[in-house]
Order: sequence, then C-alpha cells, then structure tokens
Amino acid sequence: MAGGTVRRRTGSGTQKSQRGSEESPLVRWLLIGIALLFCGVFLLLPLVNVFAQALAKGLPHYWASLVHPDSVAAIRLTLLVAAISVPLNVIFGLAAAWAIAKFDFRGKTLLITLIDLPFSVSPVVAGLVFVILFGMQGYFGEWLMDRDIRIIFAVPGIALATVFITFPFVARELIPIMQAQGSDQEQAALTLGATGWQTFWHVTLPSVKWGLLYGIILCNSRAMGEFGAVSVVSGHITGQTDTMPLRVEKLNNEFQGPAAFAVASLLALLALLTLFLKTYLEWKQHREQAAAQAAVEPDPDPTGHTSP
Amino acid sequence: MSIELKSVSKRFGDVTAVDDVSFTVAEGELVALLGPSGGGKTTVLRMIAGLEVPTGGDIVIRGRRMNDVPVQQRNIGFVFQSYALFRTMSVADNIAFGLKIRKWPKSDTAARVEELLKLFGLGGLGTRYPHQLSGGQRQRVAIARALAPKPSVLLLDEPFGAVDAKIRQELRDWLVHLHDELNVTTVFVTHDQEEAMEVSNRIVIFSRGRLEQIGAPRAVYEQPDNEFVARFIGVLNVLELRVENGVARLHELTFPAHGAAEGQTLRLGFRPYAVQLSPNVGEHRYRAVIKHVYFLGVLLRLELETPSGLVLRTRITKDEFTRLHLAQGDKVSFQIREYRVLARAGESLPAEVSAVHQTAQFGEGI
Repeated sequence: MAGGTVRRRTGSGTQKSQRGSEESPLVRWLLIGIALLFCGVFLLLPLVNVFAQALAKGLPHYWASLVHPDSVAAIRLTLLVAAISVPLNVIFGLAAAWAIAKFDFRGKTLLITLIDLPFSVSPVVAGLVFVILFGMQGYFGEWLMDRDIRIIFAVPGIALATVFITFPFVARELIPIMQAQGSDQEQAALTLGATGWQTFWHVTLPSVKWGLLYGIILCNSRAMGEFGAVSVVSGHITGQTDTMPLRVEKLNNEFQGPAAFAVASLLALLALLTLFLKTYLEWKQHREQAAAQAAVEPDPDPTGHTSP
Repeated sequence: MSIELKSVSKRFGDVTAVDDVSFTVAEGELVALLGPSGGGKTTVLRMIAGLEVPTGGDIVIRGRRMNDVPVQQRNIGFVFQSYALFRTMSVADNIAFGLKIRKWPKSDTAARVEELLKLFGLGGLGTRYPHQLSGGQRQRVAIARALAPKPSVLLLDEPFGAVDAKIRQELRDWLVHLHDELNVTTVFVTHDQEEAMEVSNRIVIFSRGRLEQIGAPRAVYEQPDNEFVARFIGVLNVLELRVENGVARLHELTFPAHGAAEGQTLRLGFRPYAVQLSPNVGEHRYRAVIKHVYFLGVLLRLELETPSGLVLRTRITKDEFTRLHLAQGDKVSFQIREYRVLARAGESLPAEVSAVHQTAQFGEGI
C-alpha cells in the first residue's frame, strides 16, 4: 500500500518536472541539429576524408604506401615504443594507485599532483626537458657520450618521452576504483592465509581489471599517437627514429598526400578501435559498479517485490 | 586456554586505543566484546587476528605467543563488519579461497565447500555472486568462508550490524546454534548490550580502551563493578543526592546517607524493575503521575513524574499493568525496592557498588 502511494507520488513528480523543462519542438530540433552538424563537420567528415584520401589512388597504392620500408619501420618503432611504455606505466600505475588508495603517507597529495603533471605540461616542453637532460649539450650529455649511449635522437629518448606523456593514464584510472573499494577484501584474504602476492593476484587485480584495461587502452592509444614530445627528441631520422605520427607529417610535407593518409588511416583505425573498446569497458565497469553498489545495500530483492 | 591477552596495549600515535587489557577465553567459549564505539573492542579483535600489532603486552593463542606471528599463520577465521566477500568470485569460490591457498586437494575442497553450503543453508547458491545475495545470505557466506579452513578461533566484527532488525534476531539465534554445533572458540564485537547478553557465554566490557568488567551476562547485569557497566548494561536510573540532616535527598526522594558526611553529594542508581508501583496513592512513600506508557511487548516502560518534576523510568509487565488497572495520566504511589550507591563526592568512580541496599529495612512509613 505504502509502496504504491510513494510510487505514484514520484511518478507524478517526474512527469511534472518533465513538462516544466520541455522545450518547443523547434528549439529541440535546432539544438540536436547543431550538435549533429558539429560532429559531422568536425569529427566524422575528417575521419571519412582520411580513408577517402588514403584510398584516392586505389588499393594497390594504399598497400604499397603501407609496406614501404620506411613506413614499416615507423610502424615497427611505434609498436616497440608502445610495448615499452605501456607495461612500464601499468606497473607504475598499479604501484601508485595502490599506495595512494591503501596507505596514508606524507607527500600523498604531492604524488597525486605530480601524476597529473604530464596532462598540464605541453608535450613540446616535456620533450625539451629530456633534450636538456640527455642531449649533446645537456647535463648528462657528455657522460653519456663518453660511454657511447645515445638517448636523444634515438629509440630510448622516444620511449622516455612517451612514458612521460602517458604517465597518468593507468594511475588516474585505478586510483578512484581502488579508493572506493578500500582494503577489506585484501584483509579478508590475509586472514584466510593468503600472502601479499596471492592477495594482489587473486583479489586486487580481478576487482580492478576493467578499470586497468580501460587505462591500458587509453595509455596505448596515446603512446602510439603522441607527436609533440616525440618530435622533439626523435631527430626525424627516416627509417630509424620516425614513429607513425612523425612519418605522417614527413610524408605530408613531401606532398605525398595519399601515402601520408595511408599511414594516418592506421592511426585512425586505432582510434576507432580504442573508442569501441573504451565504450565496451565503460559499460562493463558500470555494470560491475552497479552490482557492487547493490552489494553494499542490504537486501535488494526480498522487500520490494514480495510485499503486497 | 584458547586465547589469552596479557596486559595488551595499543597506541596509534598519541591516542591509546587499548590500555593494559588482560583476559582469557576458554576453548569452545562464545565471548562478546562489548562497549560503546571507540571503546577499543574492535582493535582488540584485530590484534587477536593479527591485523593490528599490539604496542605492549602479549597475545597467546592455544599456548603459542602470537605477537610476531603474521596474520596468515595464526589460523584464525575473521568475519568483517562489511563481510568483505570477494565480489569477483562466486559463493563457492569465496568459501574455497582459504582452502585453495592452503593447497587442499581439489576433491577435499569441493567436499568441504559442499558441506558448508549445506550447513549454512546456502544449498544451490554456490554459483551466485555476492551481489546476487541478500544481506543475511552474504553474512552466512562470510562466516562459512572464515570457517572453511577449520580455524582454531572465529572472530567476528559487529556481525549483525549491517542487517535489518528482523534478520538480526534470526542471525543471533542461528549463531548460537552454530556455535553449539561446531563448538569453535568464538569472539565477537558488538555495541549492542542486548545482543551481547543474549548470545554470549561471557561478556567483556570496554570503555575508552580499558576493560571495565568481564563476566557472564547475568553477573554483569546483577553485579556491575562500576557505574559505567551498570549504566551500559540495561537501563539505570541515576540520582545525585545531597546529604542534609543525615539523609541523602533529591527533591522528595530520600535515602540513608551511607556514611557520607553532611553536605556531601552521593550518586546512586536503581534498575527500572526495582520500582514498585501501586494505584493506591497512599500505599507507598512517594507519589507520581504516569506521564508516558511505552509498549515494548511483554514489558511496558513507564515514565513517572513526581510532584517536584523528577522523572524516573520503570518497567512493569503487561499483566501487572492490567491487574493494577493503570493508565497513562494516573496518579500512583511508588517505592524503590533496591538500589546501589555508585559514588560519593571526591571519590574516584568504582565506589561501593558491590552491596545492594534493600530499602525495605529503611522503613516505608516515614
């Protein structure tokens, strides 16, 4: 009985508020139209254009542009850099998120702020920092020269810059999830005899896996797509230190439009795949969070449905 | 002795959460750690489990000093207030976790899980996930998981805190039956004195990190060691009286001075059931009006107000209430059959609380 009245009251309440906020059809269509037009002109059209331009001279040319040795080298380097920076950031992200979510320590706020630094610093500045540190005229330049170690204008520099740029992605994703979960489950595992590592592997990791995957794909897409910082440290040596974005720029500057777009189309495909995975993971995570929420509230089922 | 605490203390920075606590729990006992929140009872439980390390004293489980033994090797079962079920694992996997960690053979693990599911009334729920269970079911899974590896002691932190009142009563009864059946040494934390009285063999009462009293439910109720225990266990009317002309007095209520000097104050307390009521205003010493009647079931709680405005709480059975033809607003007379002196002015608290004073000898006719 009581449930019925409450339901009716809230029902009429939402109805009223809907009526109050309802706009005239003209305004509604206008707003939707503007939003769609914007998306079409600024997002969809360029994307379609990338593929159209890439295929402008036909599939054989498209394929030839992709398997060109310099392009292949760029693709390989991009994959290598991602393969280095993503695992590093996963390890760092897990460690930082664990520390921030589960312990209290001095400098915690500082750590959180520092994690965000790559978001707030221009990528070019980030690249220059590494040049100043490890470049020929840099602080460690001479020392490195003496030992014949090349960082700037070489793969290590590109990897370093990419690690720096992608630094926040995994940690940022995990911190709120771990904070929300607290450490009860981990403590329970300990009381059941699990070691720290077993606890991490069987309890912590599974409960953050969707967030972690989400962070990884964002991190990966940025690692492969980064231009600014990498451009500063790479030296643009064709076939050696060109990543995919750098290769696209170079081809474009050399007026090889279709070839540039062919490589760009790979990055666009990566973006589409990332978007798809991101949406899927968000949905998955949302579902698990809702489930976890339901788990906190006492007795979701027996009260609502069975009472007359 | 199953569990032994010897002068255990725990400090967090400048805060002393547990201060020089010693008690023992016998094999197979069901003991409640009772006290207001912040009393240190959960810290004591966590120290027994090994989730906190004591800053002083020794913790001994089955004759072995446990201070330096990590939580994993203490062979305890711990049930968290939030249950802390592994939400990415099914009910069966939750229960099997401790067995997998201990590398039980697969067939033994499966048999043990099946046995526990049955014992805990969770048959058919093994493949469910924690979020698909009701609060009561979740709690049973948490206890089953803790008991699966056959721990030497079972520790529960506020086991009934997170479920609603109706289920709580069921769970209490169920815990008592479970304990009878398994006979595993059990220590649980609660802030609910009724729960502690009803469920446990013995109660350990804490307040502000100190152990106030330990004893059987009936003993702590009937012979509280101090005012804190007396007030915390059950309802107590506390009066602060002043000694004038050799009699302790508060408004119209008078008591013998109990050795207190002229002008001193005296605190005494009496249980609601110690108040004897009569509808005949001339029958007992004091007069009052029944201001409120609260229906509690078999018992009624009455609030009496004396002509001078003093409010006293009493309890009376429903039958007696009917027999005496009482009603809210009635004028009655009453007397206080027994009371305790809690403290005299200038004394530290644990005063002469051991003796129960019968007012009968004090005379009623005055």
